[in-house]
Amino acid sequence: MENLWLFLLLVVAAILCAYRMIVSTRILVATLYLACISALVSILLYLLGGTQVAAIELSVGAGLVTVLLVYAISVVGDDALDPASIVPKPLAMISVLAAAVFLAWLAIPIGVASRPLPAVSMQVVLWEQRVLDLWIQMVLIISGVMGMLGIFAEGKTRQRSGLHTLVEVRGQVPQSEEYKQAMEDTTPNHRNDQISITVNPNQGETQDGKLDERV
Amino acid sequence: MSAYDIVLAGAVGLLGIGLYGLLITRNLIKIVMVLQLLVKGAVLALMLAGQVSGQVGIGQSLAATVIVADTMVAVVALAIAIQIRRRFNTMDTVEVSTLKG
Repeated sequence: MENLWLFLLLVVAAILCAYRMIVSTRILVATLYLACISALVSILLYLLGGTQVAAIELSVGAGLVTVLLVYAISVVGDDALDPASIVPKPLAMISVLAAAVFLAWLAIPIGVASRPLPAVSMQVVLWEQRVLDLWIQMVLIISGVMGMLGIFAEGKTRQRSGLHTLVEVRGQVPQSEEYKQAMEDTTPNHRNDQISITVNPNQGETQDGKLDERV
Repeated sequence: MSAYDIVLAGAVGLLGIGLYGLLITRNLIKIVMVLQLLVKGAVLALMLAGQVSGQVGIGQSLAATVIVADTMVAVVALAIAIQIRRRFNTMDTVEVSTLKG
């Protein structure tokens, strides 16, 4: 624990990245700042002696979660949407600052145990003492996989659907010029069919909001 | 001030900034990111507690569990956010809310 300046540098960099992440209006930029924070936190974990959890944090936090976030942003679009908050920003800032100062006042300086308990390796703790944590992790991973399946299943449904299967639309329809042009291009035979299908008005649109070219 | 104090101040700082972001953010994806930030502060504090008490193994075990739980929360929350975007065509939590009164 002699690298005092290294710890200080890493902590200040992580807090600066966190602040930039919060104030950034573009979500993709905020994602990159979050990946930087993950990398900095993993270095701190490594310096604290948690080599295995540092590797997990680097691979999962800076790798997997960043990829997932970028994928989600590519699906929903990187809107510069950051409207005014429900809670007024000065009130939020003051309350959070008060809570953080109070927490730091309680905890700093940190007390080091004079008689530390005998150290046990992570393998022994994880596989013998805290087996329940492993079961919980398994359940969580299964639920996460189900969530991912939900994302991809919706993507396949969107690919199969389209306006080429649309004969008559009931309900609310998009009123864009492209949509009207697509409806005019539909062959008369299809228009005269009496089959009616109620579809979601958003079906047939690509990810950027335009109509499917197959129409 | 020791290195432990610096790391603890960093954990408190990450928690504070995450809480502030949670209060002011209305974008669904950004809320997921802010939750990630909060958990990073918690992981740092857990690892620090393990190091200070001499129980690095327990600290690592708890931190690994928290990381896995947080990742799965992010996955499911992103899936829900994508579904909300497709159904409501917005990512704003206020516009999505249907509770009145």
